Amino acid sequence: MENHYIVSSSPHIHTGVTTRRIMLDVIIALLPAVIVGGFLFGYYATIVIGASVASAVIAEWAFEKITKRPNTAGDLSAVVTGLLLALNMPPQIPIWMVCVGSGFAIVIAKQLFGGLGKNFVNPALAARCFMLIAWTGAMTTFREPLVDAVASATPLAIMKDGAAGTLPSLLQCFVGVKAGTIGEVSAIAILIGFAYLLVRRVITPTIPVIYVLSFAVLTFFFGKQAMDVNYLLYQILTGGLLLGAVFMATDYTTTPTTPLGAVIFAAGCGILTFLIRRFGGYPEGVSFSILLMNVAAPLIERYTIPKSFGNKGGAASK
Amino acid sequence: MAATFKGGFHVHDHKDLTNTKRTKTLPDCDVHIYPLRQHIGAPLSPLVKPGDHVDVGQKIADSDQFVSAPVHSSVSGTVTKIEPYYHDSGTMTEAIFVENDKKYTVAQTVRPRDYKKLLDKDLLSAVREAGIVGMGGAGFPTHVKLSPKTKVDYVILNCAECEPYITADHRAMLEEPDKMIIGLKIAMRILDLTDGHIGVELNKPDAIAALKSSPEYNEHIHIVPLKVKYPQGAEKQLIKAVTGRRVKAGALPADAGAVVINGSTAVAIAKAVEDGMPLIERNLTVSGDAVKEPSNFHVRTGVPISFVIENAGGFIAKPEKVISGGPMMGIAQYNTDYPVVKTTSSVLALLHAPKIFDPDAPCIRCGKCVQHCPMQLMPFKLRQASVKNDVDMAMKYNATECIECGLCSYICPANKNILQYIRMIKPEVLKKQREGAK
Repeated sequence: MENHYIVSSSPHIHTGVTTRRIMLDVIIALLPAVIVGGFLFGYYATIVIGASVASAVIAEWAFEKITKRPNTAGDLSAVVTGLLLALNMPPQIPIWMVCVGSGFAIVIAKQLFGGLGKNFVNPALAARCFMLIAWTGAMTTFREPLVDAVASATPLAIMKDGAAGTLPSLLQCFVGVKAGTIGEVSAIAILIGFAYLLVRRVITPTIPVIYVLSFAVLTFFFGKQAMDVNYLLYQILTGGLLLGAVFMATDYTTTPTTPLGAVIFAAGCGILTFLIRRFGGYPEGVSFSILLMNVAAPLIERYTIPKSFGNKGGAASK
Repeated sequence: MAATFKGGFHVHDHKDLTNTKRTKTLPDCDVHIYPLRQHIGAPLSPLVKPGDHVDVGQKIADSDQFVSAPVHSSVSGTVTKIEPYYHDSGTMTEAIFVENDKKYTVAQTVRPRDYKKLLDKDLLSAVREAGIVGMGGAGFPTHVKLSPKTKVDYVILNCAECEPYITADHRAMLEEPDKMIIGLKIAMRILDLTDGHIGVELNKPDAIAALKSSPEYNEHIHIVPLKVKYPQGAEKQLIKAVTGRRVKAGALPADAGAVVINGSTAVAIAKAVEDGMPLIERNLTVSGDAVKEPSNFHVRTGVPISFVIENAGGFIAKPEKVISGGPMMGIAQYNTDYPVVKTTSSVLALLHAPKIFDPDAPCIRCGKCVQHCPMQLMPFKLRQASVKNDVDMAMKYNATECIECGLCSYICPANKNILQYIRMIKPEVLKKQREGAK
């Protein structure tokens, strides 16, 4: 018995793609938005991003230290949360607010529910909504990119309430030269990240495509300016729709794992976003829509258990 | 468009290590060891005792039960002992030891025949007498498969060979296409079918060409190109891909009107009927990064796997893992003493055993296991059921339908080794189902 080899249950190989690797891929996918945001809104935006990431990681580490749990900062999920939150911030948000928001995301929305994989809402979105309610003024004050301290309304606000200001061109919206949160302004940066996530198979196109599609169809037919392609493109390219559809609505933990569930979830997000933008008080509705659908996700999952290969009735039929 | 099924995943296959290497014959081995358990079914009793002389192809163990398959000696020589010995299932099983006299005298019972002149029932009994079992790994007696209760519409040769590393069937298609097609034709006769299908994954175009250029190939033999995706060679997935039919939960392939036979098994059928030679030899792939010269061998059964590995140049360095079969469904071995049996399609030696279990990493509900499960199950839910030992929940999520392909564990980013958890709860679910049926 001089030879002993490791004996274990099959399989004996693995993709090598771990949680950490997936989180790293999400971070890489967010980099274009981070870089463009930093370029458009200057060094202060970079500080916002840095502060958000740092406080998320510190909050995770500290909470686990205090509650004597294993340290999970190494799985990089806190970095992702910090980044996502920062990209949802107006560029001139006070740093202390960002730190509080980031801590809220990690401690209240994530760790108190059991940490990674257990939270029922997207931590970054929960924190954003918390901040929106707590500091409405600071959270809804935007400014023009590339110039210092010129306050400006977002294109959505201009379109919705006729707020003062001129609409940027569609090309400007696509590239990102418009008022908005740090990460949402540049459609092209988000789409590059989307392509990367697809290539790396981190996400499937289902949720982002169905989300945007369902929103687009409703807006085109029932929007404030129905049957207007120009208006439709503005609605898609401005605000947090793309950022939310690609990076928020695809969060693993808070979305249904079933294929049909993902479709329903995404369509629900699209419908809610349309309803809020069209009839609600806010010009923007992406965060609330995704949060509401997050809450509905377990229920959706329960009623969309796939029919197993050999079982036409399926497990959910009783 | 290549035929396929829903779910699955392309697993990096490493087949380039051996797929262009001609199958070699091993040198003489002094002692051959024949475990009495090389099939699924009734246990066998030895027909020889220590001191007896045996010839090549002589039956040395059998059972009077229908669901069983006899074992034959692959060498001529003397029976030295019958005692428990290592088996690649990880347990010790009764085995017959034969000292090889290296003369390879063939037994009287081995006589060539023309299959076209044999009666159908004689063909079937020839398959039974030759001890033929499913050589893809499961070892279900082939004559039982060929005796379905109701008439079937399809016979499919499984040449998908979707497990990574293994190229034994691939080489058989290239080197013995005539025998393989004859084997299929014999199965078609037994099952009273005019047509037969061969499912081959598209990554083996040379094999498809070899089969098509065989003189035995004709318009009744349908070669179905399959998408390269694991587990394309799983019986139910293969039937779905080739026929579009679905084997219901708890049903047999024959209930869906299909019989699936492994490609190498078809070669064995042809040899058994035409040459009269029982199943005493098989193709075996030796591969993995710890093996000096990954190779394909024609191996006589009973050879210790260590002897096979030596003839592949031995190990470069001590492997962390030695696996009998493929890396997805094969069985990890603690030593290399176990003998080659009818179902040993390959031996893999891996320098590094990747981590597939991490107790700390939480499930992040990525849904990859759900997305790729070839049975459309929710593996992560089954794991939860297993952790809680909740049999009802496991039942609700159809635990018993799991074919144990291992894709969920392979793909899980949190290294939860989901399959092992499913295996833990499955017997409980089966027990409850049996009790419920009473």
